[in-house]
Amino acid sequence: MPLPSDLAGRIAAILADVPDPEIPAVSIIDLGIVREVGGDDGAAWVALTPTYSGCPATSAIGRAARDALDAAGLEGVSIRIVLSPAWSTAMITPQGHDKLRRYGIAPPSATGESGPCACPRCGSLSTHEISRFGSTPCKALWQCDACLEPFDRFKCH
Amino acid sequence: MDHSLFRALTQLGDDSLILGQRLCEWCGHAPTIEVDLGLSNLALDLIGQATLLLDYAGEVEGGGRDADALAFHRNAEQFANCLLAEQPNGDFARTVVRHLFFATYASALYEALAASPDARLAEIAAKAVKELRYHADFAADWAERLGDGTEESRARMAEALDWHWRFVNDLFHDDRDWAACAARGLVPLRQSLRYGFERDVSAILERAGLALPRKVWPIVGGRSGQHSEHLSVLLATMQVLPRAHPEAVW
Repeated sequence: MPLPSDLAGRIAAILADVPDPEIPAVSIIDLGIVREVGGDDGAAWVALTPTYSGCPATSAIGRAARDALDAAGLEGVSIRIVLSPAWSTAMITPQGHDKLRRYGIAPPSATGESGPCACPRCGSLSTHEISRFGSTPCKALWQCDACLEPFDRFKCH
Repeated sequence: MDHSLFRALTQLGDDSLILGQRLCEWCGHAPTIEVDLGLSNLALDLIGQATLLLDYAGEVEGGGRDADALAFHRNAEQFANCLLAEQPNGDFARTVVRHLFFATYASALYEALAASPDARLAEIAAKAVKELRYHADFAADWAERLGDGTEESRARMAEALDWHWRFVNDLFHDDRDWAACAARGLVPLRQSLRYGFERDVSAILERAGLALPRKVWPIVGGRSGQHSEHLSVLLATMQVLPRAHPEAVW
């Protein structure tokens, strides 16, 4: 029996308020970490997917989602971790892109990492990579040649 | 129990675990803060992959062991990682060459494993291959930069290539359990990946003004638990806390 759509909507709304523990400007819905909200025989569940195999935030995200659901009186909704299909930056929502940019992180570009990257601060396209690894596994470190600010850029995969 | 699948998964998981633990030793010691972060990130990927693979190995074994039990409560001779993964970090050139060899091998291997008829292995591999391609790029980048750098960096790269080349035969060794899984179509034979590996690594080294050594070293043994002395020392550090407090939780 599928989940009643009002319950699915309510769960999604609760999770839309759960911030990513490492990038609190975006929610776990924005990042595409919430893969699916579903139900089996009336028992609702939420499927979460890790961004990286070793992402240390995965268990923190599970706990934060659990706490948010419990606080809303939805203790019966279970949480499962799924690996397939593997998370990719294409799963970040358009709203997530905007929030990242406003937060000072360049969102992943459709052209891949070899393409140009606009500085999230001044918008200049004259930027370069400093390091392929930034503050978290999902980001690389870049710098703007115009305003000289270093910034994080989401990896594209 | 599916013994050969358990062993094959342990080989994969142990490669990731041991190399991940090795890379963690760089934390706070790398040449620059960016490289420090980079190596820690690589380690994190590998330990995440190891957790997924060893948890699955424990389920296949059916004896109630999970990734932690396998990681912390086995002795050196029960580990099935390749000899390359356990080699000490040495200088930065040795770490780069070790990672170039491993990540080039592993990204081709996991690409094939992502198409395995074993659905669980396939989904772990599909996740891992995206990470490992990044590892291979990182190592290739540095191999070029160091090989094409100063006289000193180039000499150290040549030394590192010569040093780690002796472990490549073991890296591609198909032991009985792996071959049994390959015969069932679950995994590719490692030997089938070797030509592509040498072609890809040679192309990178050529851009760096370096070349693969020509010598052949017939050493194997990692898959069957015959390790270098370095593994025991690594395990002593990695396992001391869970062994001292086996019931501890946090």
